[in-house]
Amino acid sequence: MLDFLKQPWPWYIAGPLIGLTVPALLILGNKSFGISSSLRHICAACLPANISFFKYDWKKEIWNLVFVLGIFLGGAIAMNLLSNPNPIEVNPKLATELAGYGITNYGNLIPQDIMNWPALLTLKGFLLMVFGGFLVGFGTRYAGGCTSGHAIMGLSNLQWPSLVATVCFMIGGFIMANLILPHILTL
Amino acid sequence: MKNQENTDFEVRSLDAMCVNESNLEHKWYHNIKYLIIGVLFGIVFVKSEVVSWFRIQEMFRLQSFHMYGIIGSAIVVGMISIWLIKKFNIKTIYGETIEFHDKTFNKGQIYGGLIFGLGWAITGACPGPLFAQIGTGATVIVVTLLSAIAGTWVYGLLRDKLPH
Repeated sequence: MLDFLKQPWPWYIAGPLIGLTVPALLILGNKSFGISSSLRHICAACLPANISFFKYDWKKEIWNLVFVLGIFLGGAIAMNLLSNPNPIEVNPKLATELAGYGITNYGNLIPQDIMNWPALLTLKGFLLMVFGGFLVGFGTRYAGGCTSGHAIMGLSNLQWPSLVATVCFMIGGFIMANLILPHILTL
Repeated sequence: MKNQENTDFEVRSLDAMCVNESNLEHKWYHNIKYLIIGVLFGIVFVKSEVVSWFRIQEMFRLQSFHMYGIIGSAIVVGMISIWLIKKFNIKTIYGETIEFHDKTFNKGQIYGGLIFGLGWAITGACPGPLFAQIGTGATVIVVTLLSAIAGTWVYGLLRDKLPH
């Protein structure tokens, strides 16, 4: 059983389980599934700086912070107890492309060749981790949600603005991965 | 309130944050259920490799069906669940009616969506996976998370000046 769980889970198992988070949160406490809001609550809790966007009772949203704490712990549990000993298998075309940028280590979920502490001091590492993270935080809040709030919760509830947001997420991702990221990775 | 124009595009209206005001006061330990859901969710994230930078690169190069299958089937299950909740008027475990709020369109969904998409493909992570990646021991992603928090903060600062 444990060996079975240790393998990478296929999409038709993982996808429905992720989808079930939507009714689980609704039934357990009338909560709409959304993760990027947690970043806002952290701002509101730590550095509201008299900005009206952060002046609200974040303590009412504490469930959201507990939820992301759970995601962090879940990551730790999966890695330590259910870890797959084999490297991630990717499309050979991707492997060839990435090898051209010196990315050959598939032992972690992140590409350790380019994402590590010393790399932070290089322009490439700064763009990948610091600038990339900034875009994620700025963009999700500007859009009013991320993959969970818009793509999963919003589309599940048939909200057309969420469809607009999701299509834009994908357009942005395609542009970056195919047109811009190759230049960053060759830095 | 009537004369006050609603310039708050998001607080308790557009955001995925809890928009449902419950009159019920709960003790702190009621939050444990969200911790458990989060843990299960985090395990699925890691085991399905959704939080892998490599899987995101495959997705945006159309080299694998994996991510499309996950997001697509998650939406289908979510859709059926919400339909069932509405159809049978399913209540919360505290007996409250489950509320849904419509999202209103604003241009932020386009501009912000594109910006997030760019960031998603660079970092290989949306906000949820950032927490899971740190959990797996990728400590450097703490920097990415702090930067995402900074991005959210800067959005809050500039919000009135941005087109919505």
